[in-house]
Amino acid sequence: MTAVRSVGARSQRGSSGPPAETRQGRRSPLPLGNRGTRVLLGCLAAGIVVSVTVAVGAGPVRMPSRTVWAIIGRHVLGVPAEPSWDASADHIVWLVRLPRVLMAVVVGGGLAVVGVAFQALVRNALADPYLLGASSGASVGATAVIVLGVFSGLGTYALSAAAFAGALGAVVVVFVIARSAGGVTPLRLILAGTAMAAVFASVTSFLILAVNREAARAVMFWLLGSLAPARWGFLGLPTAVVLLGACWLVLQARRLNALVIGDDTATTLGVDVRRLRRSLITVASLVTGVLVAVSGTIGFVGLMIPHLARLVAGSDHRRVLPVSALSGAVFLVWADVGARVLIAPAELPIGVITSLVGAPFFVLLMRRSGYGQGRAA
Amino acid sequence: MTLAYDHVSVAAGGRRIVTDVTLHVPSGGLVGLIGPNGSGKSTLLRTAYRMLRPSAGAVWLGGDDVHRLPYRTVARRLAVVRQEQDGDFEFTVAETVAMGRTPHKGLLDREADEDRRLVADALERVGMASFAGRRFVTLSGGEKQRVLVARAIAQRARYLLLDEPTNHLDVRYQLEIMDLVAGLGATVLAALHDLNIAAAYCDRVYVLQAGRIVASGSLDQVLSPELVELVYGVRAGVVRHPLTGDRQLCFLSPSRGALLTPVIPRSKE
Repeated sequence: MTAVRSVGARSQRGSSGPPAETRQGRRSPLPLGNRGTRVLLGCLAAGIVVSVTVAVGAGPVRMPSRTVWAIIGRHVLGVPAEPSWDASADHIVWLVRLPRVLMAVVVGGGLAVVGVAFQALVRNALADPYLLGASSGASVGATAVIVLGVFSGLGTYALSAAAFAGALGAVVVVFVIARSAGGVTPLRLILAGTAMAAVFASVTSFLILAVNREAARAVMFWLLGSLAPARWGFLGLPTAVVLLGACWLVLQARRLNALVIGDDTATTLGVDVRRLRRSLITVASLVTGVLVAVSGTIGFVGLMIPHLARLVAGSDHRRVLPVSALSGAVFLVWADVGARVLIAPAELPIGVITSLVGAPFFVLLMRRSGYGQGRAA
Repeated sequence: MTLAYDHVSVAAGGRRIVTDVTLHVPSGGLVGLIGPNGSGKSTLLRTAYRMLRPSAGAVWLGGDDVHRLPYRTVARRLAVVRQEQDGDFEFTVAETVAMGRTPHKGLLDREADEDRRLVADALERVGMASFAGRRFVTLSGGEKQRVLVARAIAQRARYLLLDEPTNHLDVRYQLEIMDLVAGLGATVLAALHDLNIAAAYCDRVYVLQAGRIVASGSLDQVLSPELVELVYGVRAGVVRHPLTGDRQLCFLSPSRGALLTPVIPRSKE
């Protein structure tokens, strides 16, 4: 393989023929140029608007797009002044479906962006937002609320508050364990995260089985993620946190490029690796914690969407981050539609959809392109 | 504009790796750092680009102690070419070279025409312009090293550190890389494992053994059979290159005590 390749490369320098890669029939995931990326981002943004419209309309009571936008227009701008629909339509669109669909936008975009951050943090393509134990820590918190009734003074916010506390607590524990004289290295983070995730998962299992078997179903449903409880009141904080986190990450994009090459290289390119890694852990974990608090643990989005973005736009974080954010949003809106509609009137946990649909789609894409092939040679 | 180590010692994990090294690279010079594996060459270089902090002494870049400068400032003055492992993330050749612009860019700066021109020039200079759109991981070892040299060129640094940049490369690529580097006009400190390469390119060498400098000077002064035996534990003979007259080493196998000559397989017929 190596021999064949270098022969191809060698002969190419002398001739002006097509690139060696094309001749070997290997398709390269050629990154789009800046212009191509801008077009793609435009399409994705339009895709979000269309997806939101369709998603709000979909459900047991179908709503035409015109009605959806009329209701939104009346609430936001006061136009049209007179409603041509009944109060239940208004209730369904404005109070039930729209906040939920917008939550899907925020959570999907957020998970994808944070996935990019964690993959860069440990320089590992298998990392996802739950790498440092955020999901298993949040599970302990959520289970404690469901099973033991802790935090009951917080009312409807108890579950979210406990999940957030659990997620951040877990990350702090993992970070402290992984820390050493040489700073936090990627491998130590991965190992500490894996070990602690196992511990937290056992605690969750223990709580469910030892204390209250009836709660198992509720916990299970929460673990697989759901956007069902989304209300306007839950939307503000996650939106702000995701936006701030994403903006910060985009500003760091050039440094992230250097970081994924390696610590030494990043340092020779002027990056303070230790500081960047600490900031990354802080920002990414805060965003993850908030997302877990409002939606439980929705698997696969944070792992798959960043790779999807790299497939299309190359590895440069200046492109990967925005493309991931918008694709993640579109993907989760549709996954949530699936969760609501597939076995209606019952609901599937959204995590089931993301994995069931996401994984085969991802495998297909990976196999069709030459993605990840270079290293094997 | 010189690069200087002033009584530098480095310790890691309670173990001293480098002890009291003082060395000096004159402006525009190409100075070699030679010594066996584990003698502290990489450690010394990593101290200069701020991966490691010396436990004593200082590394001076022009008039500044590198460890008192911000990372970005160091990177604008000092570029490094090393062997790089392939990671999980695939960048194109052009993107890889463009990373050399990182220290020159603020958080809000966008890629300017100037940056694109510097990247194109650097690729042209190393003869890799037609590879700009290729994925870095698909290149051969020699091509990769040339791209990394291009990244260092795009970095526009006055000082250049090389950490065994020609390791694992065929002899032609070794010479190509060294030719490229020597032609840049930068102030260069190069850790080299091939003594004959060092002999061909370095104005001056420092010989490192177990973290200490045991000899320094021009190659003619330093490259003696006695020193090679002391430092590398190998007997060697010094001969003159038949075409250039440069000093060259011929090594003797430790077990046989005989000259290692190229083995020419005998024909079976």
